[in-house]
Amino acid sequence: MHIVVCVKQVHDPEVAPALFTINEATNAVVSVAGLAQVISPYDEQAIEAALRMKDKKPDTKITVLTIGAASAREVLKHALSMGADEAILVNISAGVLLDSYATAKFLHEAVNKIGSFDLILAGRQSADLDAGVVGNGLAELLHIPAITFAKRIEVVESKVVVDRVVDNGSEKIETTLPALITVSNEIGAARKPNLRETMRASRKPTQSWTQADLSKEPMEATEELIKLFIPKKEKHCEFLAGTSAAEQASLLVRKLRDARLI
Amino acid sequence: MTGDTKSKSILVIAEVVDKALAPITFELLSLASKLAEQSGGQVGAIVFDNQETTRRALIAAGADHIFYQENESSVDADVLTAAIVQTIANNAFEAILFGHNAFGSDLAPRVAFRSSGSIATNCESTSFEGGYFVGKRVCYGGKARGIVRLRKNPAVITVRSGSAAPAEQDSGRAGVETPIKADFSVARSQLVDRQSEDLRGLRLETAKIVIAGGRGLGGPEGFKVLESVAQKLGAAVGASRVACDLGWCSPSMQIGLTGKTIIPDLYIAVGISGASQHMAGCAAARTIVAINTDPDAPIFMDANIGIVGDYKELLPKIVEEIGRLNS
Repeated sequence: MHIVVCVKQVHDPEVAPALFTINEATNAVVSVAGLAQVISPYDEQAIEAALRMKDKKPDTKITVLTIGAASAREVLKHALSMGADEAILVNISAGVLLDSYATAKFLHEAVNKIGSFDLILAGRQSADLDAGVVGNGLAELLHIPAITFAKRIEVVESKVVVDRVVDNGSEKIETTLPALITVSNEIGAARKPNLRETMRASRKPTQSWTQADLSKEPMEATEELIKLFIPKKEKHCEFLAGTSAAEQASLLVRKLRDARLI
Repeated sequence: MTGDTKSKSILVIAEVVDKALAPITFELLSLASKLAEQSGGQVGAIVFDNQETTRRALIAAGADHIFYQENESSVDADVLTAAIVQTIANNAFEAILFGHNAFGSDLAPRVAFRSSGSIATNCESTSFEGGYFVGKRVCYGGKARGIVRLRKNPAVITVRSGSAAPAEQDSGRAGVETPIKADFSVARSQLVDRQSEDLRGLRLETAKIVIAGGRGLGGPEGFKVLESVAQKLGAAVGASRVACDLGWCSPSMQIGLTGKTIIPDLYIAVGISGASQHMAGCAAARTIVAINTDPDAPIFMDANIGIVGDYKELLPKIVEEIGRLNS
């Protein structure tokens, strides 16, 4: 079985708020010291989902695919060190912001160039733009079925059975391969890169493609980011005094009662 | 055609849960009516349900034209996508509004790509400016907002709950009703099983008071303590993503960017650090009370009332106090 996992490099979503700033002239996050570039956590969990399938069926091949600047090689290295087999970077200039259509189109062409695959996995959304569009968009372009928000994936012969998170519950859905599945955080924590795979990572096949290797047609941006900003917080927190829990509880309950909130 | 002066109609994708229209549908209708006023078009609504009461409610809430599924209902994404795409094409809808939940987030990208339109998800407001539909998105884990101009119609927009007041009902309104037939042959997947959470107590989305716990609870037993307070207050119980991912509580209790968005009158956050990911789901609450042992926790930047302390000592005292007041 061949699984292609689409991953993205993002600014560390767990960064302290003080280090997260936006240049409002360029509508971009400012790369300051201390703001690391990491693999988008949902995509890391998609790799984990692929590795769990490989744990069961060791002849599974996992190819990780990313679009990004040269720095995105780091997320490929991370994926290979977790246990993926091959990696492909579609290299674009740093600072180029692709909209979801252009991203899906690039991935579509890259997947066509890869050739055969059984399953494509991606995180449910990227941890920077939080759009959640590219996965299903790619499936549309490839004309393959898509199942979103997976928390468990099992391949049974030529079918894939997915437990997915829905509003107030879960669904079990099955479809035939090839298919695309987006992975939700409920799938569980991703494994850490291990020593054995890290040692092997530099010898695993890694390719770098450019736009010229893929599309010949220009991509028209359909989603135009006209302003990116950090919303202002206007709240002021009133800390309750009181030296004991009983005192604080009494103050709080009285306050809430006075405000007719309880 | 985009950016022109032609009138543009809006299609709302209605949601039916337990035979009734979901609250988000009324918010979408309210946004659609405002957009239609600006774009000079009409408001349509598509609903995968054939109850007459549903159609009447949609018209009363502002829909001019209802497209309802008359054959048996389906939850298959391919079937629903095909029906929506067909309805858009047949009636030249130029903006499509979905709720930003599992249902809408799953279907919206499919509809946008198959209709060759453009898309903005996770929006907290929408507008029509200079001939284009525009969405204000929540992004970077809730830390930032992005204003996106959709340059190609149909402009598909998913809207977070709480983005608008629900549409007012006017039972005197008139509307056109058009039956549609879903084509089940396009389904490529099969639903094997569906599990609904046994929701003890109140629904998070509609509760006036919500108490939620995070990593600081220290374990699943912390939620038992929250439940005891919730019972006293008539509150619903929620959780941060960390608490859900650790398996301390059900994923459907998650509040935040990838969980539910709630706007209660009172939100009590217990042992929740207040990452922007979480605040994206609750920052609009009227009053936020934060209980945390760490005085530097970011939650206090979003809270109206803060208590630095151990919830294990505080919550039982709070239950006692409420009991005293009520007696």
